[in-house]
Amino acid sequence: MSPVGRRLVSTAVSGLTASAALLVVCPLLLIFGFLLYQGVSAINVDFFLHLPKPVGEPGGGVANAIMGSLIMIGLAVSIGLPVGILGGVYLAESRDRRLPWVLRFVADVMNGVPSIVFGIFAYTVVVLPMRRFSAIAGGFALGLILIPIVLRTSEEMVRLVPSALREAGLGLGLPEWKVSLRIVIPAARAGIITGVMVAVARIAGETAPLLFTALGNRFWHQGLDQPIAALPLQIYAYAIAPYDDWHRQAWAGALVLITLVFLASLAARLATRGRIVAR
Amino acid sequence: MAADSISGVGTADGLSLPPRAVSRGRSGLGDRVYRTLILASVWLVLLLAAGLVAALTWESWAAMRAFGLRFLVTSHWDPVAGEFGALPFIYGTLVSSLLALLIAVPLSLGAAIFLAELAPAWVRPPVAFLIEMLAAVPSVVYGLWGIFVLVPWLRDWVQPALGRSLGFLPLFQGPPYGIGMLAAGLILSIMIVPYITSVSREVLLAVPGSQREAALGLGATRWETTRIAVLRYGRSGLIGAILLGLGRALGETMAVTMVIGNRPEVSISLFAPGYTMASVLANEFTEATSDLYVSALVEIGLLLLVVTVLVNGLARLLVWSVGGPARGARG
Amino acid sequence: MGDGIYVKGLRAWFGETLVLKGVDLTVAPNAVTAIIGPSGCGKSTFIRCVNRMHETVPGARVSGQVLLNSEDLYAPGVDPVQVRRRIGMVFQKANPFPTMSVFDNVAAGLRLAGVRRKSRLQEEVERALRHAALWDEVKDDLDKSGVSLSGGQQQRLCIARALAVDPQILLMDEPCSALDPIATAKIEELIHDLKKELTIAIVTHNMQQAARVSEWTGFFLLGELVEFGVTKEMFTTPGDKRTEDYITGRFG
Repeated sequence: MSPVGRRLVSTAVSGLTASAALLVVCPLLLIFGFLLYQGVSAINVDFFLHLPKPVGEPGGGVANAIMGSLIMIGLAVSIGLPVGILGGVYLAESRDRRLPWVLRFVADVMNGVPSIVFGIFAYTVVVLPMRRFSAIAGGFALGLILIPIVLRTSEEMVRLVPSALREAGLGLGLPEWKVSLRIVIPAARAGIITGVMVAVARIAGETAPLLFTALGNRFWHQGLDQPIAALPLQIYAYAIAPYDDWHRQAWAGALVLITLVFLASLAARLATRGRIVAR
Repeated sequence: MAADSISGVGTADGLSLPPRAVSRGRSGLGDRVYRTLILASVWLVLLLAAGLVAALTWESWAAMRAFGLRFLVTSHWDPVAGEFGALPFIYGTLVSSLLALLIAVPLSLGAAIFLAELAPAWVRPPVAFLIEMLAAVPSVVYGLWGIFVLVPWLRDWVQPALGRSLGFLPLFQGPPYGIGMLAAGLILSIMIVPYITSVSREVLLAVPGSQREAALGLGATRWETTRIAVLRYGRSGLIGAILLGLGRALGETMAVTMVIGNRPEVSISLFAPGYTMASVLANEFTEATSDLYVSALVEIGLLLLVVTVLVNGLARLLVWSVGGPARGARG
Repeated sequence: MGDGIYVKGLRAWFGETLVLKGVDLTVAPNAVTAIIGPSGCGKSTFIRCVNRMHETVPGARVSGQVLLNSEDLYAPGVDPVQVRRRIGMVFQKANPFPTMSVFDNVAAGLRLAGVRRKSRLQEEVERALRHAALWDEVKDDLDKSGVSLSGGQQQRLCIARALAVDPQILLMDEPCSALDPIATAKIEELIHDLKKELTIAIVTHNMQQAARVSEWTGFFLLGELVEFGVTKEMFTTPGDKRTEDYITGRFG
C-alpha cells in the first residue's frame, strides 16, 4: 500500500475506534437522562419520609426501603470490614508461601461469582435454619459480596505503603503487630476507606441476593430477624407491577440509587487521585 | 515494651527479619493475638468459600440423584409434576451471553484501542471515567431502563424493521414482542462493555513502550504500530478481557429477568421470549413449594457457579499473562 | 557518494523544558559518527530528533533543520512515517517482537512497506541477517520466537530488522549498553563492516567504544554540542577544556 494509503487507513481506524468509544459512552447518558426525566417528578420530601401506600393511593415513599438498605449494609460492613481488611493486610504482609496464594485465588474467584448464588448460600445457611426471611440473611449475603472486594483493595493499598515506613517502626523496636496496626494500616487508611466505599456502592445496588433472603417488606421492619425492605428490591417490585404510579416511583427510586452510587464512586476516585496508583 | 525484644533493623526490602529470641512479655502476646486474629480472618474467608460450594452441593443432591445428567438436556420444567429439565435455562444463558459478546466485543476493543493508543491525551481521562461510571450502574436500574425504553423501542421500531428485511432468517421470525432474547442480549452487551473496555485498556497499557518504539522506528503509522506491536503482544490479555465480560454476562440477573420474558422454551428466534439460569432463580426461588423444586433450583445455582468460576479463572490467567498478577482487585 | 545528515540549529523541548539548545552537526556519509557525553546531556534526544522519534512523546517539540542530503526532514508536509522508513534505528535494549518469529521480525518492516511475495521476503530477510552477521547462527531456526535468542543475538536481530528496509542512515542509541563484552565486540565488528555501505551515528557513554568505532565524534554537555571533530584528534588533543575534563574522567 502506498504511504498515503497507509496514512489514510491509520486515520480511518482512529475514526472508527473513536466512534466505538462514543457508542460505548452513550448508554450512560441515555439512562441517566431518562432517569432524570421520568423520576424527578416523583421526588419530593414525602418520597424519602413515607412508607409505600397501597395500590391506587397516590404518594407514599420509600423510607422503609432506604432504612432497610442502610441496615443491611451496616450488617454486611460490620462483619465484612474487619475480615476483609485483616485478610488484605495478611496478603500484603505475609511471608508465607502457599496460603496467601490460595486466599488471593479464592478472593478473586469470589469476586466473579454471580451475586444471586450468594443469595442461595445465604438461603441455605440462614433462612432455612431460621425458617424465615430476615435482614440478617440479607446482610449476610451482602457481606459475602463485600468481603472479597475489600480484601483485594486493602491488599493493594497496604502494598503501596513504602517498606521504609515499616522498617522505621521496626527499627524503633516496636513489635510487628504495633508496626502493622499503628503505622502501616493508618498510612493506608485513605485507600482502604476508598475501597470500602466502592464496595458499599456496589452492594447498595444489589437486588438479586436479597430476593429470597431479605424478601422485602412494605412496612417498617419488625426486627432483624424479619423480612426487610431494600431500595433496589422496591425498585424491582414497582418496575414489574402494572401500575403507572408505581412505575414513577421506580424511576424516582432508581434516580436516588444511581445518584448515591455515583457519588460514592466519584468520591472514591477523587480520594485516590494524586496518590501513587499502581495503574 | 518488654526489655528483651531487641528488634533487628529490617533489611533493604523489609522482607526478612533476623530471628527473634523467644518473645516474652506483652509484645510477644500482642504479636500472637494479632497473628491469631489475622489468621482467623483468612480462614473465615476460606471457610465461607468452601461452605458455599458445600452448601450448594448438599442442597442440590436430591435433584442430582433424581435426574442425573438428564437435568442438563431435557426441556421439561414442570414443578407441579415434579419434572425438572434445565435445558431452556442453559440455552437462554448461553445464547443471551453470546449475543451480548457479539455486540460488545468489537465496540469494547475499539474503545479500548482508542483510549490506550490513538486518542489525544485530553480525551482519555473523561471518557475512561464515564466508562467506569457505567460499570457502577446497578443491574436493576439497567432493567428498569430496559423495560420502559429499550423494549418499546425494539417492539415498535427495530424488530418490525428486522422482520421485514431479514425475516427470511429463522433468527428474526415471530411476533415482535419487544421483550425476549434480543432485548436480553442487547442490555447485557451494554452492561459488559465497560468491563471488557477497562480490562482491555489496562492490558494494552501494560505493553512496554519499547515495543511501540520498535515499530515506530521501522516507519509504521500509528495504527500499524498498534496492530503489530501492541495488539499482538497483548493478544492473550485481550482474550482474557473478553472472557471476563462473558463471565459477567453469564451471571447477570436482574436486568435480564426484567426483559427476557421468562418463558422456559428453547427457540431459535431472537424475537422469542426466553429464560436464563439466573432469571429462573430470581423468579421461582420464593415460590418453590417442594423440596425437590428447591433442590432443582439450587442445582441450577451450582451449575451457574461452576461455569462462572471456570470462565473467570481462565480469564484471569490470560490477563495476568500480559501484565502480571496485580490486576483484579475490582473483580 | 553516500548519504549524510546535516543538522542546523536544532532545538528540542520536552514541554516547556529546552533540552537541546541549538545544535549544528554533520553526520558524514559512509562513516561512523559517535555522540558522547554524560547522562542527561541530550545525546539520546539529539539522535531521536534525526529520525523524528522525539516528537512521538506527548508534549515534545522540535525546531531547526535536519537535512538528509539536501532535503529538510522537518519541512512542512514531510511525513514522519516516511522519514523513519528511510532512517533506521536500533535501541538501547533489544526490542524484538516477542510474538513473532526471527523471520517475521526481520520481515516486519518489509511487510509494512507492502512486500508480499514469499520469495522476495525470503531473499531480503537472508540478506539482512547476513548483513547483521547473524545468518549463520539462526538460519536453521528462523521460525523460533524472536526472544528465544541471547541478548547479543537479539540486538543483532534488531539491527537486521532495521537493515531489511534498506535505510539510508542507521542510528544506534547505546546499542551495547545492555550487552556483555563479547557481544559488544561482535557488534562493533559489525559496525566496521556496515559503514562501508551505510552512514551511521552511534550514541555511546563508553568513550573507548567511540574511539574504537568512529571517525568523527561529537561531545554533548547540558544540551549543547561542545566540541565536534575527528575522533583521534578529539581524544588526544581536545580543543575545549570541558571535553578534556570529560575524557579524562574528571566528571560524568
